Amino acid sequence: MDFHAVAFYALGAVLIGSALAVVLLNNVFRAGLFLVLAFFAVAGLFVSLGADFLGAVQVLIYVGAIGVLLLLSIMLTRDVHHGSPGNRLWPGVVLLGALLLGSISYAVLNTPWAAKAPVTPSPTTAALGSRIFDLQGGFILPLEIAALVLLAVVIGAIVLVGEE
Amino acid sequence: MSVGLEHYLLLSALLFTIGLVGALSKRNAIVVLMCIEIMLNAVNITLVAFYRYGGLDITGVVFALFVMTVAAAEVALGLAIIFSLYRSRETVDVAEVDLMKW
Repeated sequence: MDFHAVAFYALGAVLIGSALAVVLLNNVFRAGLFLVLAFFAVAGLFVSLGADFLGAVQVLIYVGAIGVLLLLSIMLTRDVHHGSPGNRLWPGVVLLGALLLGSISYAVLNTPWAAKAPVTPSPTTAALGSRIFDLQGGFILPLEIAALVLLAVVIGAIVLVGEE
Repeated sequence: MSVGLEHYLLLSALLFTIGLVGALSKRNAIVVLMCIEIMLNAVNITLVAFYRYGGLDITGVVFALFVMTVAAAEVALGLAIIFSLYRSRETVDVAEVDLMKW
């Protein structure tokens, strides 16, 4: 058991446990706190995979922005005392989930993945920037579209919740 | 046995399934949104795992960044819709929102 394996199993156990807590807990606020813990575990998995920049961005965006926004909205909608009940569909949904998990696992375990040596971990920030802003086959247009999407979302959110 | 691509793919398949079951079976709209975030995170784990072990080089990380952008946009807009719903109907229960149900 090398350090990578220990980190993978520990982070994976925390991740699956807190994701199950999000689904199973009846207290919505505690479910939100466990969701933040799950985001932290995913950031740790990114770092264990050698994507250091993405791990930092995960903490900044998911924990810092999305987690805080979700917890704030749980507190603002005074529906907490109703808990988080399931609907009538849940036996069928659990069956569907088991089928999906089984078929994905079957596909993963029976695909001959090309045995490639894992990339040696190196700082990804500079490589990421030069990949996005590469003039041949880069991602400049998607980046601009993402900026436009964010602007549209800001305007849309203001229109939706603004006082009329 | 060292940890490889399959381990990360199976972990993210399990995470995606948990998120899917929660998103389809919960009645609180905010919990449904949280489960969708779990599913998006599972997809990001596969993309980064393919960056490390598979044929996707740094492009996998670029895709994960775009997924994060869309996830942030989605949660902001989703919460705005839930807020305006709560303001007019005093509920966040998706079973009680049946105005457009045929």
